[in-house]
Amino acid sequence: MAALLEVDHLRIEFPTRRGTLLAVDDVSFQIGEGEVLGVVGESGAGKSLTGTAVIGLLEPPGRIAAGEIRLMGRRIDNLPYEEMRKIRGKQIGAVFQDPLTSLNPLYSVGRQLIETIQTHTDMTPTRARARAIELLHEVGIPAAERRIDHYPHQFSGGMRQRVVIALALCVNPKLVIADEPTTALDVSIQAQIIALLKRLCREHGTAIMLITHDMGVIAETADRVAVMYAGRIAEIGPVRSVIKDAKHPYSHGLMGSIPKINDEKERLEQIEGSMPRLTEIPPGCAFNPRCPHTFDRCRIERPELMDTGVTRASCWLYANG
Amino acid sequence: MAETKSALVKVAGLARYFDVSLPWLNRVLDGQPRQILRAVDGIDFEINKGETLALVGESGCGKSTVARMVVGLYRPSMGSIVFDGVDMAGLGGRAEMAPIRRRLQMIFQDPYASLNPRWRVGAIVSEPIRAFKLIDDEAAIQERVGQLLRQVGLSPVDGHKYPHEFSGGQRQRISIARALSSQPEFLVCDEPTSALDVSVQAQILNLMKDLQRRLGLTYLFISHNLAVVRHIADRVGVMYLGRLAEIGPKQTVFALPRHPYTRMLLDTIPDLDMTGRQRTPVAGEVPNPINPPTGCAFHPRCPFANDRCKTERPEPKPNDTGSITACHAVEEGRLPAGPLTAAA
Repeated sequence: MAALLEVDHLRIEFPTRRGTLLAVDDVSFQIGEGEVLGVVGESGAGKSLTGTAVIGLLEPPGRIAAGEIRLMGRRIDNLPYEEMRKIRGKQIGAVFQDPLTSLNPLYSVGRQLIETIQTHTDMTPTRARARAIELLHEVGIPAAERRIDHYPHQFSGGMRQRVVIALALCVNPKLVIADEPTTALDVSIQAQIIALLKRLCREHGTAIMLITHDMGVIAETADRVAVMYAGRIAEIGPVRSVIKDAKHPYSHGLMGSIPKINDEKERLEQIEGSMPRLTEIPPGCAFNPRCPHTFDRCRIERPELMDTGVTRASCWLYANG
Repeated sequence: MAETKSALVKVAGLARYFDVSLPWLNRVLDGQPRQILRAVDGIDFEINKGETLALVGESGCGKSTVARMVVGLYRPSMGSIVFDGVDMAGLGGRAEMAPIRRRLQMIFQDPYASLNPRWRVGAIVSEPIRAFKLIDDEAAIQERVGQLLRQVGLSPVDGHKYPHEFSGGQRQRISIARALSSQPEFLVCDEPTSALDVSVQAQILNLMKDLQRRLGLTYLFISHNLAVVRHIADRVGVMYLGRLAEIGPKQTVFALPRHPYTRMLLDTIPDLDMTGRQRTPVAGEVPNPINPPTGCAFHPRCPFANDRCKTERPEPKPNDTGSITACHAVEEGRLPAGPLTAAA
């Protein structure tokens, strides 16, 4: 599988008065063409920041301090604003958590779609409008011909998220960054949106970087999954292996702590403590104070991603193995 | 039905309507009628001592409104809430409510908004003790606060800190300590873990189960997360647009769901075991509760709806599995038993 997106040793810093915070530290991964990579982790793990860095929307004072992001072999993390703007939308689309804030309330959805289409292609207004209607139709909005002139507040949450997906896909990008696309929605709507994302990406061959804290969504959608902890990747591998047979003690504990609908357990597995704040990340492995298998090396030396057989985990348990 | 355990809380015909009309002048100018939002529209349930009843449903189904009425934060528009033999709607002023209030407490969803940021944790936790004048001696209060904090997995020295010094999970522990400080028998928990990360959620759910066993607590647990409900509840009520679609023992509702809405919900939640599984998501969305569909509120989304469902509102009736459903199709035997996926 040719790598569509390559992220190499990415490091995102926030300079503050009390010193520099390392929000994302040495994160590397690749996404192949048409592949769905899930990124999970608890709040503050750095998963959303990684996504925003890829689309070049990192808000200052946050900055990429080291590392490279390449799209189809071309480096995109150091492009000037205007250059990046052309890539955004045309080659990378984005779907964010809250569909109400990603749409402009003052413009009809049609106008927003047409504007995006015309920014990236040289379609005539009539053709762009036809394309917009076609897109709304494709994402399952009933009576698209009429709905195109409606404003975002006239749509329900699930319908708005469909409009956002139409916006992200309107010029057939190679990659979509979906940051918690279903978190704000009810379960029955959530299932519709996941099914829609999956179908569209299969049809168009679009790759997705799916960022969420919901393992259930990842399990259904992703091909591979990266588990992030305290700004680093704890484990990355095929989705089935990570869920059924996680090697890193953190991902293992995380899977055990999720209540399951068809599994009767008296007690959930519990990881003691909580994720360290960015100011208090311990030396060595960031997970060592909470880990049941910690030994001396974990407290001193930071583990790189190591082969565990099927997945790769940053854990000294798998050194030389 | 033979009830061996005694019901601590009995709710009958409970309803709450909100007037969401435009101001009078706008109504007159536009010729608009009054608009009434039926957030909760007639529900009945009982909770036995030491048991957990969970109410699940999507946003806007009225589950939080029920929770607020049960603790007395909203007055019911209709119906009764009987707590240990006393009808709370019949109680007049604060003085009459106080002895009941001590025995029921609430845990809120957002641990950031439910703790006063200007108070030290010790003051927050001891407030119910002082408000109900349970202990007079200051040293004894401090002693009790330390004991409460230890009970929820914090340290007595944490009482001197402010809420901002704690993480979300620790704050929810503080909320629980505060709720327990008046030695209640009944806790109403409104989405207590939905603002928390999964690993922290597991800690809080385990803590709540331990406390229930140790202190013999009764819970009314409100959640939209079926997996969490499956883990914590003894009985489950599924709400849709202000009404109970189905209520019954957890095992029955999850293994043999009868109401089409329950089946749909169970069928749509993404689960870890569903890797790569194809599902047919159910079409449609929750209708606007200001203008709910006639008859059965679920009929526009229901694959089994017929003319009767469109006109006549179904009453809750016991079905063959022992749970209670409000569905004409179940009552008439038009629905096959077993999971919907197997039937389809």
